[in-house]
Amino acid sequence: MMVMTSTLSVHGHNIKVTEVLKDGDTLTFLIVSQKLSGTGEHHVDRTYDDFEWLQQLLFSQEDEPGIQGVIFPSLPAKASANPSAKVMKQLGFLGLGEWQLYCKVLERYLRQVAAHSILSKNKAVEIFLTSSEPPGRQRARKNLFNRLSQAVEERRKEGYKDVDEFFQTERNHNLVLTCYAKTAAERFLDVVQSEQKIAVACAHFSASLHLCVEPGEDPDKQAFSKACVQLSEVFDSIKKNMTSVAENDMNTLGLGLDLESRCQEAEKEMLFRRTCKLVELEAARRNAEKAKPLKKAAMEEAKKTAEIEFNDICVVAKQEVHRFRAARVKMLQHTLVQWCEKQLLTAKESADQFNQQLQAFRGIAP
Amino acid sequence: MAASSDRIPPPFPDTEEPGVCDMADGDRDEGEDIFVICSNPVAVSRGVSQPDNVNEQPPDLFREDEEEEASSATAKYNGVHSDDDSDLFAEAQVEPSTDKVGSSARKELSTSSGPPPSSSVTQSPAAMQPSSSLQQLEEEEDEDIFDVDVAVTNPEKIGDGMTAYVAYKVSTRTSLAMFRSKAFSVRRRYSDFLGLYEKLSVKQSLQGCIIPPPPEKSVVGMTKVKVGMDDPSSVEFVERRRAALERYLQRVVSHPSLLQDPDVRDFLERDELPRAVSTQALSGAGFLKMINKASDAVNKMTIKMNESDTWFEDKFQEVENEEQQLRKLQVVVDSLVSHRKELCGSTAVFAKSMAMLGNSEDNTALSRALSQLAEVEDKMEQLHQEQAASDFFIFAELLADYIRLLGAMRGCFDQRVRAWQRWQEAQSTLQKKREVEAKLLWANKPEKLQQAKDEITEWESRVTQYERDFDRIGMTVRKEVLRFEKEKAKDFKGQIVKYLDAMLQSQQRLVKFWEAFLPEAKAIA
Repeated sequence: MMVMTSTLSVHGHNIKVTEVLKDGDTLTFLIVSQKLSGTGEHHVDRTYDDFEWLQQLLFSQEDEPGIQGVIFPSLPAKASANPSAKVMKQLGFLGLGEWQLYCKVLERYLRQVAAHSILSKNKAVEIFLTSSEPPGRQRARKNLFNRLSQAVEERRKEGYKDVDEFFQTERNHNLVLTCYAKTAAERFLDVVQSEQKIAVACAHFSASLHLCVEPGEDPDKQAFSKACVQLSEVFDSIKKNMTSVAENDMNTLGLGLDLESRCQEAEKEMLFRRTCKLVELEAARRNAEKAKPLKKAAMEEAKKTAEIEFNDICVVAKQEVHRFRAARVKMLQHTLVQWCEKQLLTAKESADQFNQQLQAFRGIAP
Repeated sequence: MAASSDRIPPPFPDTEEPGVCDMADGDRDEGEDIFVICSNPVAVSRGVSQPDNVNEQPPDLFREDEEEEASSATAKYNGVHSDDDSDLFAEAQVEPSTDKVGSSARKELSTSSGPPPSSSVTQSPAAMQPSSSLQQLEEEEDEDIFDVDVAVTNPEKIGDGMTAYVAYKVSTRTSLAMFRSKAFSVRRRYSDFLGLYEKLSVKQSLQGCIIPPPPEKSVVGMTKVKVGMDDPSSVEFVERRRAALERYLQRVVSHPSLLQDPDVRDFLERDELPRAVSTQALSGAGFLKMINKASDAVNKMTIKMNESDTWFEDKFQEVENEEQQLRKLQVVVDSLVSHRKELCGSTAVFAKSMAMLGNSEDNTALSRALSQLAEVEDKMEQLHQEQAASDFFIFAELLADYIRLLGAMRGCFDQRVRAWQRWQEAQSTLQKKREVEAKLLWANKPEKLQQAKDEITEWESRVTQYERDFDRIGMTVRKEVLRFEKEKAKDFKGQIVKYLDAMLQSQQRLVKFWEAFLPEAKAIA
C-alpha cells in the first residue's frame, strides 16, 4: 500500500470541482487544480469510486503514528445519475437541484485533504489530483476504519469511561452535537422543500389567472381582466422570491448544516477509534499484570506497544480536536453571515418589487 | 327602484373613520372594532345579551310568512328559490385563520364600495332605463359616504351539548332615516342569517335580483363547535364563518333594493326574531324544499325558451364559464394555502432544533447566534402564518364568495325563464278559453257564454301582466348583471391591493429581522 510520503505539487486551497457529467448512471466530476510552480493547471476526471479509493488509502496509513487520531474529512454518500428514494433521503440537501451542492462538498473534501498536514503527504492525493489516468479502482480492504464493524462494537464501547477529562468532555459534547446537527439539517431540508412547493403553487396560480382574462369592450370586464393580469404578475414575482429564498437557504445554511453534521460524525468516529484503543490498552495492562512468568515478557511488550500507540493517538487527537473546533466555528460563522446577507438582499429586492407593483396597481385604480 | 331617491348623503360624523376612506390606509390597525366610536353600552343595550331566538318554537311560523309573501305570484312557490341552491350549500371546507387578519379583512371588506369606481362608468350598450342610470350615478356619489355599515363580531357559544349554537353580534351604524337609530346591535345566530336569505330569495328573486348567498351549512364544523369551542380547528371554523357572515351582510346592505326590504331592517334592528326553523336540515320544511329543488331542476331542463334577446344567452354562457374558471383558481389557491401552512409547521420545528443546537454550543458567540437564529425562525413562522391567513382570507374566500354569487346569478336567469314560462302558459290558457268560447257560440249556450267571456277577460289581463312581469324581470336582471360586474371588478381590485400591501409589509418586516441578525452572525469568532 502507498505509504511513501510526498509533497503535493498543486495548491490545495483553490482546487475546484468545475463540472459534473452524466454517463449512464455514473457521475463524473471534473477537477481542476493549480500547479504550485505557477505553470498551469491539472484537469482530471474522477468518479465517486475514485474518491472512495483515495479515502481508503488515507485510512490505511498504518505506519503514520497516531493516524487513528485524525479526524478524516468526510465524503458524502454515493450519488448516481438516477438515485433511488433511499439514496436521495441520505443525501438530503446534496441531492437537491443539479448536483451543485454535491460538487461543492466534494471540492471541500479535496481542499481539506490537501490542507491536512498528515494526509496531504500521502502519495495517493498527488495521484488523485494530477494523474491523467484514473487511479486503480480495487475495492478497499477492511480495516478498523470500516464503519460496519464499528456499528456493531459501538454499543459496547461508546460509553467506556475515559481516563482523560478533556476527551471525556469532548466525547459527551460531540454525542449531543452530532445528534442535533443531523436533526437540524433534516428539518431545514423540510423547510426548503416547503418553500419550493409554494413557488410551484404560485406559478400555477399565475398561469391560471391568465385563463380568467375576459374578452370584450365592457369597461368593467376590462378592469377585471386587467386586474387578473396584474395579479398574475404579482404571483410571478412571489414565485421568483420564493425560489430565491429556497436557493439561498440551500446554498448557505443548508450546505453548512450538512457539513456540520458530517464533520461531527467524522469527529465521533475518531473519538471512537481512540476509545477502542483505550479499551485495548487497558486490556493489555491487565494481561501484563496477570500474565504467568512464561508469557510475562510478551505481555509486557504488547502493553508497551499499546501504550505508545495510544499516546500517539492522543497527541494527534488533541491537535485535531482543537483544529476541528476552530474550523467549525469559522465555517458556521461564514455560513450564517452568507445566509443572512443573501436573504437580506432577496428580501430587499422583493420589497422593492412589491412596492413597484403596488404603486402601479394603485395608479390604474383612481 | 325608489331606493336612491330616499337617500340623502349624510355628513361625515368623524374624520378618522377607518373603514370608510380609500383602501390605501389603515390596514394595520388590526383588531380594532370599526365601530370604535359608536360601540358603547348605550347602543349595545338594544341588542340584548340574551340569546333572543331560542324561545319561540312554532314550527310553521316561518312557512306561513313565506306563503303570504309569495301569494302575489300565482305560481306555486313553496320551493323557495332556484335550483342553484344546490351549489350554494355545497360542503364547506375548514381552513385556519388568525383573528388579526380576519378583522383586517373585515375592515377592508366593509368598504366594499371603497374607492370610487374608475371613470369607466360609461353607458354600456345593453339597454338601460334612464332612471336606473341616474340611480347608478347617484349610487356612485353615495359610495364615498357609507350609508349603512355592518359588522359581525363576538361569536359566543350559547348552551351546551348538541343544542348549543353560536350567537354573533351584528352591529349596524347608519345615517338612513328608515332605521330607528344611528347605531345599534343585535345578537343573531347562523340560522337567522339563513332565514333572512330565504325570505329575500322568495321575494326578491321574483324580481330578478341577485341575492348574495350566505356561507354554507356545515354539520361537521358545527358539531365540533358544539362539543367544545376551544380547539384550533373550531376556532378557525367560527372565525371563517363570522367573516363570511359579515361579508354576506355587507353585500346585502350595499344592494339598493335589498336594503329597502323590511326583512333586512328587521334582521338588523329587531331584538328578537322568530326562529328560522325551516332551515333545519331534517325538518319537514327541509325535506319539502329538497323535493321542490329537484322538481325545479327537471322543469328547467324541459323549458327551451324562445330567446329573442341574445344578450341573455351570451351572458348566461359567460357566467357558466366564469364559474368554471373561478373553481379552477380556487383549487390552486387551496393548494397554496396548504403549502404555506406546511411551511409554518416545518419552520417551527426547525426553530426548535436550532434552539437545541444553540443551547449545547460551547462557543458563546456561536451559541448566541444560533439561539438568535432560532428566534428569527420563530418570527418567520409567525409571518408565514399570517401570510397563509392572508392568502386564505383574501383570495380563497373571495373566490368562494364569487362562485356562490355566480350561482345566485344563474338563479336570476332562471327566474326570468320562469317568468317567460308563466307568460307562455297564460297565453296558451287564454287560447284554450277562446276556443271554449267559440265552441259555446257554436253550440249556442248563452248561460255558459258569459262565464266564458269573463274568463277570457281575466286571462287577457293576466297575459298582459305576465308579459310586463317578464319584461321587468329582464330589465332587472340586466341591471343586476351590470351592477355585479362593476362590484366584482372593484372587489377583486380592492383585494389585490390589500394583498400586495400585506406582502410588502411582510417583506419589510423580514428585512428588519435579517438586519437585526446580521451583526450577531458577524460577531461570531
